[in-house]
Amino acid sequence: MQYLLLIYGNEAYWNKLSEAEQGKVSQEYGEFTQSIAGSGHLKGGNELDRISTATTVRMRDGKRVVTDGPFAETKEQLGGYYLVEAKDLDEAIGLAARIPSSRWGSIEVRPIRVHSMP
Amino acid sequence: MTIERIFIEQVYRDESARILATLIRLLGDFDLAEEVTQEAFAVAVEQWPRQGVPENPRAWLVSTARNKAVDLIRRRTRFEKKQDELQRFTRVREQLALAPASYGEGESEDAMLSDDRLRLIFTCCHPALQTESQVALTLRTLCGLSTEEIAKAFLTPVPTMAQRLVRAKGKIRAARIPYRVPPTEDLAERIEAVMLVVYLVFNEGYNAASGDALFRPDLCSEAIRLGRLLCELLPGEAEAAGLLALMLLHDSRREARMDANGEILLLEGQDRTRWNQAQIGEGLALVESALRGTAPGPYAVQAAIAAVHARAWRAEETDWAQIAALYQVLLRLQPSPVVELNQAVAVAMSQGAEAGLRLLQELEKRGELRGYYLLPAAQADLARRLQQWTAAAGAYRRALALATNEAERKFLSKRLVEAESKLQ
Repeated sequence: MQYLLLIYGNEAYWNKLSEAEQGKVSQEYGEFTQSIAGSGHLKGGNELDRISTATTVRMRDGKRVVTDGPFAETKEQLGGYYLVEAKDLDEAIGLAARIPSSRWGSIEVRPIRVHSMP
Repeated sequence: MTIERIFIEQVYRDESARILATLIRLLGDFDLAEEVTQEAFAVAVEQWPRQGVPENPRAWLVSTARNKAVDLIRRRTRFEKKQDELQRFTRVREQLALAPASYGEGESEDAMLSDDRLRLIFTCCHPALQTESQVALTLRTLCGLSTEEIAKAFLTPVPTMAQRLVRAKGKIRAARIPYRVPPTEDLAERIEAVMLVVYLVFNEGYNAASGDALFRPDLCSEAIRLGRLLCELLPGEAEAAGLLALMLLHDSRREARMDANGEILLLEGQDRTRWNQAQIGEGLALVESALRGTAPGPYAVQAAIAAVHARAWRAEETDWAQIAALYQVLLRLQPSPVVELNQAVAVAMSQGAEAGLRLLQELEKRGELRGYYLLPAAQADLARRLQQWTAAAGAYRRALALATNEAERKFLSKRLVEAESKLQ
């Protein structure tokens, strides 16, 4: 059966690391990715861009509400994900607004940082 | 100074914002566009005196800037190590490839430039950016204010404002906020956001939140310039006319709002001969066109209220009943306790202070305006008119506890002293 492994990091912690330390972590990620690709476990994965690039989309009373920033309510819980291709943020927001849960929850739209995956 | 140098400075004043907007579209990058626009003007300063002014200075500047960008990208890509920057340059190259090779091909030049400024306004005011970032970016790119000037205008430390601009531009880049006029189905909503930014800039200039000056005229002028641009670029948009009218009518009182000692003068105490009649004339004409059409919007109605004041030669001639009625219309469009407060004051002026005080009491009970100094200030003023000095003094004290602007505080303190003196 399939699982989603959700990585909750700490940007403040990451920003304090030296370039060398960050480089080492990136290398570890690369080795891990290669390894689980080889063992057949990997179905997909991505690094997300920082939260300063995030946008939150909600539908309330049939109107689209778009705000700057990551999703931050504590009474909503992560329930699913889509990985989409879109030409710009407006197109991505348009897709997010069509997700049914946008009507009572929130959809965070975060850009993907491109790395080549095995 | 040579003729060419004077001419170039004029071109810079009149055109640099439009040229910047075009470069932002061509490159898809604010900082780069800014850099090459400046460089193009530097080349003009050097070449035009020697080679003469080109037939189409604008087109020349855009071409030169664009070519500079191509060179710059090529050079920097060779030496850049950071992934982020390399990706940024790749995107700029992709963006450049989308535009026609020679500027001015295909579209009329004016249409292209107007559209670029419109695209730029909508980009700066995109909902994926925080409102304060929208305001800062608009002032920076459309009005050409420096980071220091914007920081000073909003009483924010310069590094904070600089960081705000960097993050906003970073988000536009990283999240790929598109440079375009929104599609028709989104236009109404997006125009509202743009007008709100312009309104916020004007409001900040007109009612300075804190600091010594009662108002900062430069922000008002910038907001009015933006308002004019909106009317020019969106000629069918009644609310744009309403917003411009509102700003002009308020700004027309600029010279009369303070007395010789730098203290506030309320409407009733202002010397109306100092009101700017040219701005009033323009504002009144705009109100007419804003109210035409099916349903006037909130800016048009607010402008209509300002127009009633503007038409009164003396404070005693103000048609307060009409103002109260207009506030009723406004409340239907934009229910808000602040609007109710303003309506209560108008009711007091047309039906008597007791009627107004009753409305204010209800407002106070509902608690939505807790922390808003203008509620106790209004209660104090009405109590003062009724010579209810105890109530007035109490209300002035409550207002002082909440007011932050120095000029306002001076005014309230004076009134408090007066009220307290009448208690003995």
